[in-house]
Amino acid sequence: MNIIVLAKLVPDLVEELTIDPGGAALDLTFARWIINEFDDHAIEQGILLKERGGGTVTVLVPDLDGADDVLFTAAAKGADRLIKLGGDFNGVNNHALARAFAAVVKELQADLILTGVQAHDDLDGSAGPLLAECLQMPYVGYVSGVSINDGKSLLRKEYPGGLLAEMEVTTPAVLGIQAAEQPPRYVAVSKVRQAMKTSSIEEQDASSLDPCGGPTVGRMFQPEAAAHATMIAGSPDEVADKLVDLFKELGVL
Amino acid sequence: MATIEVIERSFYAKVLEATPEGERLRLCLECGNCSGICPFGYLMLYPPSRMIAMLRADRFDQLLETDTVWMCVSCYACTAACPSKVPLTPGLMASIKEELLLAGNVPDELQAALQNSQRYGNPQGESPRKRADWTLGIQPEVKLLAKVKQPVDVLWFVGDYASYHPRVQLATKALARVLNALGVDFGILGPEEWSDGDSQRLAGERGLFEVLAEKNGKAFGKYQFNRIITTDPHAYNAIKNEYPALGISYPVQHYTEFLAERMDQLKPLLKQEVKVKATYHDPCYLGRANGIFEQPRALLQAIPGMELVEMTHNHMNSLCCGGGGGGMWLDGFQWEKAHVRLSEWRVREAISAGAEFLAVACPYETPRFEDAAKTVQGAGELKVRDIAELLAESMGV
Amino acid sequence: MSQDIYVLIEHLRGQVAELSYTMLAAGRELAQGAGGNVVAVLLGHNAKELGKDFAADKVLYLDHALLADFTSDAYQKALADLIGKDQPRAVLFGNSSIGADVASVLSMRLDLPLVSSCRSFTQDGKFVSQICGGKIMAEGELPGPTALVTMVPGGYQPDQGRSAAAPSITEAPVPALEALRVALSKYIEPETGDVDISKEPLLIAVGRGIQNKDNIELAENLAQAIGGVVCGSRPVIDQGWLATSRLVGKSGKHVKPKIYFAMGISGAPEHAEAIMQSDTIIAINTDPKAPIFDVAKYGVEGDIFDLVEVLTEKVQQAK
Repeated sequence: MNIIVLAKLVPDLVEELTIDPGGAALDLTFARWIINEFDDHAIEQGILLKERGGGTVTVLVPDLDGADDVLFTAAAKGADRLIKLGGDFNGVNNHALARAFAAVVKELQADLILTGVQAHDDLDGSAGPLLAECLQMPYVGYVSGVSINDGKSLLRKEYPGGLLAEMEVTTPAVLGIQAAEQPPRYVAVSKVRQAMKTSSIEEQDASSLDPCGGPTVGRMFQPEAAAHATMIAGSPDEVADKLVDLFKELGVL
Repeated sequence: MATIEVIERSFYAKVLEATPEGERLRLCLECGNCSGICPFGYLMLYPPSRMIAMLRADRFDQLLETDTVWMCVSCYACTAACPSKVPLTPGLMASIKEELLLAGNVPDELQAALQNSQRYGNPQGESPRKRADWTLGIQPEVKLLAKVKQPVDVLWFVGDYASYHPRVQLATKALARVLNALGVDFGILGPEEWSDGDSQRLAGERGLFEVLAEKNGKAFGKYQFNRIITTDPHAYNAIKNEYPALGISYPVQHYTEFLAERMDQLKPLLKQEVKVKATYHDPCYLGRANGIFEQPRALLQAIPGMELVEMTHNHMNSLCCGGGGGGMWLDGFQWEKAHVRLSEWRVREAISAGAEFLAVACPYETPRFEDAAKTVQGAGELKVRDIAELLAESMGV
Repeated sequence: MSQDIYVLIEHLRGQVAELSYTMLAAGRELAQGAGGNVVAVLLGHNAKELGKDFAADKVLYLDHALLADFTSDAYQKALADLIGKDQPRAVLFGNSSIGADVASVLSMRLDLPLVSSCRSFTQDGKFVSQICGGKIMAEGELPGPTALVTMVPGGYQPDQGRSAAAPSITEAPVPALEALRVALSKYIEPETGDVDISKEPLLIAVGRGIQNKDNIELAENLAQAIGGVVCGSRPVIDQGWLATSRLVGKSGKHVKPKIYFAMGISGAPEHAEAIMQSDTIIAINTDPKAPIFDVAKYGVEGDIFDLVEVLTEKVQQAK
């Protein structure tokens, strides 16, 4: 079985985000790029499938700062093939990314393509379903469990409130992973160092980056954060009334 | 089943690599002192002595299947009690944890702390760029070495919890004010400082420890200073005992050592009475592992009005707060197994000793003991203070 | 080509999602500016009556046995056909397990622009999306000719998407649903064991201020009245007053409910960190300086025992 995992790098929210002087985009000059957490789950799910049923896992990452780390860490976990997609991916949207990925993935004879169900910087949908349509493959997202046999994949899809649906999808298919069946494993630094010595990264160039289909942002801004709680004062009776109003306003009553 | 030869080559070699005294593993008498003195020994399927017995019986694979090794808080109690001087904590325990880590047998909480240390250089996952944010408002300003570009006498290695934890920051700021009052010429690395890596090493992540040490070594190399002082006993232990083997060699002191050496200068500044009964908790990596018992006590006794009492476990027999060797990142796991906390045991001892203040000298301890005091009956009035905070209070700074 | 705003209704096993009502309210705002109608799009089988409380000018109902339960493939086919023919000004989808499976695929298939994570629309019809974990808002002109939009909750009151008067319901044709590649095998009920507090939308949290085990009942009563789940900070769990699975904090779970109602929790850093991703934190504490008030959106300085029973009563009355 040939499993492909697409991983995206996103700006790390641990660092303060700033808006660039133009006012319509993030200032990515000093961004720290990390793997999209859902993509980390997609890698884990890929490795779990391989461990259970054999096959190979290929991980694809756009060339941004930190791409090598993501790839070598995946290799240390058990990924077989590492591909870095060259191009100017700084601030590129998912439509462009999906088209660029599609061109590469077409050649890889995938049985299953896994990617994170979403990323925090998505503004034009998520990469998985966009890619699925480019490849004319079926897509199911919010997946938290996958098995595969006989040209079909049986998966678990999550709905709000803990309800799950078991679905059957013909392969090849693209799955948007919400959570791997177990949390992404930790790999010791010594294993990653080992992987750096024993595995190699293939570099391929993105044919073109076509962002058509995404919106144009006119203005970006940071919502004002309240530094301190708005205090609700009054007698217990009055406070309770105000809280009930608040619950209604928040849509729980 | 693993063969003796395999063990000889892999695990035994690992112990040797972890510590120069690893060879002493062969000298174990099976006396059981280590397992008896271990605060969590009763919960371990294989406490240290049984672990060595298993190794000798060629049953290494069984060790890898248990998770009770993660109860070890690397407190050095076993090592200190061993008549054969086997380096149990840094050798045997750290190496078995490394084996478990490589085999993927690691509690989630610990994984997260290690992942954060890899990614951000601190186990909490805080922004590296904010490492010096605590200095805001301190006067005279704390020198950031990358900014001032001039030699200093003292490089202060602040450490993870002292830099980021909101409660511990109070102690960090107090120490900065004490150093300023003494006219010490000091600077910090700020965003260039990485976790010292010692607790990660003792939790089995030696590779990560080396990466972190190399990054700190590189930062040290960029600046001119005469000595390093640390807030954190774990950082002190790492820089003093572990970094030199990686070619990173600098004179280092814990801040209590550094201040105790300046007692003549300090004493006249300790003007205000702090009229309380206090007891002192010896941090494992200051006391037991590095023999610094008297300097912290001398500092406390120099504070006018302070009466110092001892707890049942003191000096070499001090009781761990539970934070070492990865314990800081295994709270949930250890609670599930033990349903007791070492920090609560310690707080009860402080109460029994009649102490109103529990004085500490390690950044792990203030939050752990304050947390414990919330749940221990009769501990509601117990105040936990870092020595630096008590000195600052008496100095009125 | 019209100025209508289509809203894809999400429903599972006879239950319409709250988010769909929020989207109907959003659709109204957008339709007013554009001068079109709000059209609820309901796909299902024998599900017509679900549309009776929609605050929409019209409901388009697509009935087919293969639309009885949501599957991405069938929804995509039916909607591609409908949107392609009607060409509304915008189609609103939930940024959810249903809407997000459909919207992106349709964007590529129909070559239509897509905006995701939209929280609200401005009066002049611009989208405002919430990205980067809520730290950044992105605003822009709604692209044309037909904008596909996925929406997150928070910008509108779901109540405004409900109407007492039933809208007119028109059946719309369903294209051939052949060669479907995705099929539902079965639903798996949530585990009946203990709840997973990290997934609960409404948490009533108790801290040391609850004082003893008997008082947990007060929190349970409130939780039952409002439809939430009780959880606690460490001291409460350590005393055995609540199961370990209900622990919020460093050694417990990180939670992200819509409402986190903290009673008698001081808000130590470890606890605060674990609740930061909640949409709205409401805290009650006797200490006005308690750090919980720095992370809470709303605060009450006071004793939980004075308040909780009155509040429980009033919540019951309000239902």
